[in-house]
Amino acid sequence: MRFLISLHINPAVLDALTDEEKAAIGEGHTRFIEELKASGELITTQALVDPSQAVVVSVRNGRPVVTDGPFLEAKEYLGGFYLVDCEDRARAVELAARIPDTRFEGLGVEVRQVMFADGQWDA
Amino acid sequence: MSAPTTGDLLRELAPQVLGALVRRHGRFEGCEDAVQEAVLAATAQWPAEGVPDNPRGWLLTVASRRFVDQLRSDHARREREAATAAAEVAPEDVPDTDDTLLLLFLCCHPTLTAASQTALTLRAVGGLTTAEVARAFLVPEATMAARISRAKQRIRAAGSTFGVPGGAERGERLRVVLHVLYLIFNEGYTASSGTELHRTDLAREAIRLTRAVHAQLPDDSEVTGLLALMLLTHARRAARTTATGGLVPLAEQDRTRWDRALVEEGTELARASLAGPALGPYQLQAAIAATHTDAPTAERTNWPQVHALYLILERIAPNPVVTLNRAVALAEVRGPEAGLTLLSTLEADARMAGHHRLLSVRAHLLEKAGDLAGARADYRRAARATASIAEQRYLESRANRVGARDPGHASGPPV
Repeated sequence: MRFLISLHINPAVLDALTDEEKAAIGEGHTRFIEELKASGELITTQALVDPSQAVVVSVRNGRPVVTDGPFLEAKEYLGGFYLVDCEDRARAVELAARIPDTRFEGLGVEVRQVMFADGQWDA
Repeated sequence: MSAPTTGDLLRELAPQVLGALVRRHGRFEGCEDAVQEAVLAATAQWPAEGVPDNPRGWLLTVASRRFVDQLRSDHARREREAATAAAEVAPEDVPDTDDTLLLLFLCCHPTLTAASQTALTLRAVGGLTTAEVARAFLVPEATMAARISRAKQRIRAAGSTFGVPGGAERGERLRVVLHVLYLIFNEGYTASSGTELHRTDLAREAIRLTRAVHAQLPDDSEVTGLLALMLLTHARRAARTTATGGLVPLAEQDRTRWDRALVEEGTELARASLAGPALGPYQLQAAIAATHTDAPTAERTNWPQVHALYLILERIAPNPVVTLNRAVALAEVRGPEAGLTLLSTLEADARMAGHHRLLSVRAHLLEKAGDLAGARADYRRAARATASIAEQRYLESRANRVGARDPGHASGPPV
């Protein structure tokens, strides 16, 4: 079963972390990625640039309109995600609990099952 | 019948060659890699240069060479051993026994997760390449390769040997094997847009492997039951979806589109399996499937028999999904209220509360009972809870249909 484990980040919380804490989070992700690769459960992981760099695209009267993002006014923004293929929901939750972000208030880790997928994995 | 393709031939021969190598060397992990490389070489060469006169001998020679190369590169100090290995394996050395079952016992090792068991089974016993297995499960090849390699490491760590485990362990292991074959079949049966082709192949692959197990254990009634269940389910395949991929429920399927040959074979096997001394879950599910395919129309389904079979199944293999299915049968026999009362016993079950199948069955029974508003709400909730797009579309269309019949929920002024 495929799950998207998404990482929701409050930039203020991130800024308030010590260098050691930030380094620990980074190392935690590196270790997590290695483990997922070895077990054959990782499909892909991607991290996103700061939400201040986002633009919102809409089409009005047939013309594209590009405005400054992010679209959602929120305290937490999507920072990145893991796409995993694992045994069941319980395993996905177990994997998510290994992500260092889960140790910090204000860094959210969400698990949702994938419903449809298509594309080139090995392009 | 058309001539077998390279793929068909490889799928048939790969487990035989792997069996021969493992018998000789006992190192499942290395042998399996070597056979996979031989299969890849054949996939590249045979279509262009023609199938060799002795394809099994060809595969065995190539796989043996790869195995030796592996030993050389992995452990230079074992060079002498490798040379011996090369000398010992000659093409005519392949025993005639079918090693499929022995390999299945190894691939379905209980220390592995179901995902690893299915992947390894398809590669080592099914003769599929890693890329094919990856495509079938919609994951990148690298992901699948890592999963297979981890599975083989685990088997080695567990100290497993090639052979049939004895005593009670044998029965346990056969149950795991059947479950893995069932999972492969279900993976292929689950309609999923865009990927249907590969998934159909998985259903066929599961049937092929189950036939091979049945050939070796013709008197095991659960093996016979599982094969019957697969054939009877597969027989309905063409009628199960519309041209646009929408789901058609059993009651609304065009029965003339069922594959009669598969229905007949499946029914015969289901009957044969019931003649055995004990009843198992696959036999009962096959008997239920046969009762459905026996009915000339949905209205003439023998529901009392379906209900009785579910009752026995519930007793020998208690499971909330079985109870859910029995509620549908009970509603047909004694009316929707009886079905709803049985369903209410499941609502307290943490495994089922909020589950889309519970919600969709309840919606169906509420609709039958005339509670259109309740049915509509449950169809909607079920549509939100499912992870299948085809099922979601179906449930939404049901909700809309019920809504259109319910004057309290007219969606706008009549035109």
